Amino acid sequence: MTTTADAPAVPAAVSPVERKKREISPLNGLAHIALFAWAIATAGPLIWVLLASFKSNTEIFLGKPFALPSSFSFATYADAWTEANIGQYFLNSVFVVTISTAGTMLFGSMAAYVLARYQFKGNRFLYYLFVSGLAFPTFMAITPLFFILKNLGLINTFTGLILVYIAYSLPFTVFFLAAFFKSLPMEIDEAATVDGASHTRKFFQIMMPMAKSGLVSITIFNIVGQWNQYLLPVAIMQGAGADSKWVLTQGIANISVQAGYHAQWSTLFAALTLTILPMIVVYAIFQRQIQAGLTAGAVK
Amino acid sequence: MRHGKYPFIIGFLAVPVVLYATFVVAAYIQTFQLAFTSWSGLGPIKYIGFDNFERLWNDDLFWRSIGHNLYLLILLPIITIAIALVFAFLLNAGGGMHKGVRGSKFYRVIFFFPQLMALAIVAVIFGRVFSTDESGMLNGLFPESWSPWLFLADERWALTCILAVMVWQAVGFYVVLFSAGMGSIEQEVYEAAALDGANRITLFFKITIPLLWSTLQVAWVYLGIAAFDAFALVNIMSVDRGGPDGATSVLSMMIYRNAFEYSQAGYASALGVALFFLTLTFAALTLRVTRREAH
Repeated sequence: MTTTADAPAVPAAVSPVERKKREISPLNGLAHIALFAWAIATAGPLIWVLLASFKSNTEIFLGKPFALPSSFSFATYADAWTEANIGQYFLNSVFVVTISTAGTMLFGSMAAYVLARYQFKGNRFLYYLFVSGLAFPTFMAITPLFFILKNLGLINTFTGLILVYIAYSLPFTVFFLAAFFKSLPMEIDEAATVDGASHTRKFFQIMMPMAKSGLVSITIFNIVGQWNQYLLPVAIMQGAGADSKWVLTQGIANISVQAGYHAQWSTLFAALTLTILPMIVVYAIFQRQIQAGLTAGAVK
Repeated sequence: MRHGKYPFIIGFLAVPVVLYATFVVAAYIQTFQLAFTSWSGLGPIKYIGFDNFERLWNDDLFWRSIGHNLYLLILLPIITIAIALVFAFLLNAGGGMHKGVRGSKFYRVIFFFPQLMALAIVAVIFGRVFSTDESGMLNGLFPESWSPWLFLADERWALTCILAVMVWQAVGFYVVLFSAGMGSIEQEVYEAAALDGANRITLFFKITIPLLWSTLQVAWVYLGIAAFDAFALVNIMSVDRGGPDGATSVLSMMIYRNAFEYSQAGYASALGVALFFLTLTFAALTLRVTRREAH
């Protein structure tokens, strides 16, 4: 974005622009205040969580939320990691999301590719069947879903959770990638066929590399979406011994309930910090890609 | 040339279609089937016609929950879009002649972050932020002479607190989304209008909003979907999960409790069907209301 203000070559345009600029300056002051206030409102609760994670219960109840803790001990973090099982939940989340996102991307791009570039009977039907899944909220079907999994013996298993994550991520993945594969030029397709490449090889060696930017966006979208899932794991990971298989979101929610019973608030805050910090680090590094990935669906 | 086309198509589609049919399509279809049964989740399934829907019609909590969903459905998009539009405009100066305020990149990065956090985590944090005693962030910030605010424990304000958290989380995403939209508006359009003497307010309403219309439509749909959900927030943050006294109950919460706590799989499915028709109505209304002539 360039401004016209630093273009003295067009003096005719400068004067009204300059005048406008001065007019606007009090408005700019207000703008700064509003933006700054929202930045505080956004970061405030997170900073508060970080500070409270070092405080003792007594300190937390002193009523000075942004006072520095009297000492910086990491004992609460050790508690959160081992006793409150944050470490376990974290690893469970990593395990589930790694496999389910990989599966979503593989099966989603396979389906999207075939639906976008091959003509056959039932193509449109299957495409709209996938896309219609976008329109309805997941919890509409949560009751039967539970019993379907139960009949298959998949309740309270990672396999069940992973398969469900993949299945419920397909609508958006197929919708987005089909549009993407459609936009790739047909000529390359034909050239590859003439060269004797099989359909499968064409997909993995020519189309997938060409669709890289789309694949990256949608991978990020799926990682974030599946990492943040709450309803599906709560509905699926229940039963005897389920707590050792919980993912991070349900684990944190449970620690919050437990903290209420035992008044161990600092452990909860430490657990929260351990959850949020890695995200801040990842976000700081991949900020641009993450914003692009999450808004990908809306910009189309 | 297309030798082996069909085996390839079938090979590529088999797994995704089977997964999707088993866990998504079948589940949605069975919602309609179970809605007409009195099934508890165990034992034989008995069909009872429209009894569940009659019960639902007379269920006060159902109507209150719908009311709460509608409250969120109306206010969440309006408030979020209004705030995000203003911020995006300030950050970009509408994509126009001024570069936007200093530090606009910094603001965008900060604002966006909550979108990355799971609603469940956000709910846990704000459950503490809204705590009714001095350990809560807000009550801790208030002067000591004030008596503590009840927030989520106050029937009149509990739902508004939940709305506020939803807005808090959503705004940044839409700031980024609208910024991208504003960035693609041609600079010349603004310059021409500014030379005609349009001030910034006029630019906003006469140029930015109309040119962003399709993005606003998308935002409305996304926020509408979020308003129909709200499960994580209500389940984790609210008093008695939907309380106090049903003041924050929403449809998703009712479905969950009937399915998994009250052993009312049939009734939960009937609620799911009600939700289905509400979603359809919302989609149809959105399309009708936001469609602009000659656009």
